[in-house]
Amino acid sequence: MTLPTLALSPELQKGLLQCAVAALAALTVMFLARKQAPGLLREIPWAELRGLLQIVIVGLILAVLLHGPRWTSLLVLGAMLLAAASIVRQRASKFPRPFTLALTGIAAGAGVILCLMALTGVIPVQIAILIPVGSMVIANTMNTQALFLDRLHGEITAHTGEIEAALALGASAEAAFAAFRAAAFRASLIPALNNIRSLGIVWIPGIMAGMVLSGASPLYAALYQFVVISTIFSASALTCLVTSRLVLRRVFSPQDQLTLRA
Amino acid sequence: MHSNPPIPRPILECRNLSRALPGDPGRFLLRDVSFPLHAGERIAIVGPSGAGKSTLLRLINRLDEPTSGAVLLDGEDTRTLPPQALRRRIGLMMQRAWLFPGTVRHNIAYGPAQQNRRISDTEIDTWLNDVGLPGYGNRDAQTLSGGEAQRVALLRALANQPEVLLLDEPTAALDEENRRSVEELIARLIQERQLTCLWVTHSFEQARLADRVLRLEAGQLTALGTPGQVLQPAQALKEPQP
Repeated sequence: MTLPTLALSPELQKGLLQCAVAALAALTVMFLARKQAPGLLREIPWAELRGLLQIVIVGLILAVLLHGPRWTSLLVLGAMLLAAASIVRQRASKFPRPFTLALTGIAAGAGVILCLMALTGVIPVQIAILIPVGSMVIANTMNTQALFLDRLHGEITAHTGEIEAALALGASAEAAFAAFRAAAFRASLIPALNNIRSLGIVWIPGIMAGMVLSGASPLYAALYQFVVISTIFSASALTCLVTSRLVLRRVFSPQDQLTLRA
Repeated sequence: MHSNPPIPRPILECRNLSRALPGDPGRFLLRDVSFPLHAGERIAIVGPSGAGKSTLLRLINRLDEPTSGAVLLDGEDTRTLPPQALRRRIGLMMQRAWLFPGTVRHNIAYGPAQQNRRISDTEIDTWLNDVGLPGYGNRDAQTLSGGEAQRVALLRALANQPEVLLLDEPTAALDEENRRSVEELIARLIQERQLTCLWVTHSFEQARLADRVLRLEAGQLTALGTPGQVLQPAQALKEPQP
């Protein structure tokens, strides 16, 4: 087993410098936008530092795991699920029991689609593939779910009157809520849908570039990139679908009373 | 031996209805409110802002849950009824119309559609004529003026043929001219259809036309009787101006 050397090789020095420039660009943009989003300027340095440390640690862990048994990939993906749910929890704190909501939604969406793809052989059950592809799927479903919950909360607080008017006319919670849930659903899937639409035209994702660099046929790499992006879309949509079912009883009481307030 | 005629059972009855302030169980939005409402009766509810008038209607319609006490509909505890069925039987018209996106026709047919009951276009057109909105069926509901929207909201509430109609200051958000015409319309429809209703109002004129007046203050029922007993002629029901 070989571990990456921690000595500051020229390649590592170059990488750190590139990270610094990229982080500086993000800070500069946030500084320019400080009036529009004052909280973000304080949030971004910690987010950048945290992201950098996390990805470096993951790099080191991957270097160890790549040589370990295959089941360890499940542990890594499980830990990623927990971390993703914890991040969504912060964004969805207005909903009751946000962690369970986030975890169940992501696990159901990303978990089911990943298992399906692994069982059908579409995603080979190899650590070197499962972990990066799984992480992309989990990360994207996390973003989609966070967008969905954020938009849903906005829709509910902006349309409390309409929702209660529908309930007062004898509509079920499900019916009173349907139009607003659909709006949140559509909005949250826009990034995932745009990824499919722009594939190859606006965006050549890293996985395809990596496959080509490692000697795979460009055509196969392109097809496989479609598989990954399409898998991300399915997992994101399924996560939203499951979350939208779970959220109903967090927003309405068993007596169909709207309990979520601004 | 002389015997008194039997007192008819009220169609709706509130028994010791209380609602604590959410997150502060020691403070009450409504406390120990009890009264009966008989079929065909019209009770005006008066009182200052924050007296618990809207809370009372929300508890009756079960958009909110009482902390204690009960609401009986035709002798039956409303907690034993499915909320959707209950809300069809007890209609509520709110301060604002809150019309749904779509046509006026879609809005009016919304309640019956929840029970898979269809109202014919001809019937809706007749209703719209009756409230002074001829030819409005296919109009976009979001483009209506405040007065027009409240007329549609009234028809929408009545389309369910409720046994009891709750009116929560339905003209509060309207200008003087619209307020007067919508109030006259509501009063006419109540009279024509012999509706049983609870009407939260700040209008002395409207309260005076009710069979009984119920006064709420700081969440408590402080008076219930005929308009002559409860309303003092010189007493204004409007909110004190800031």
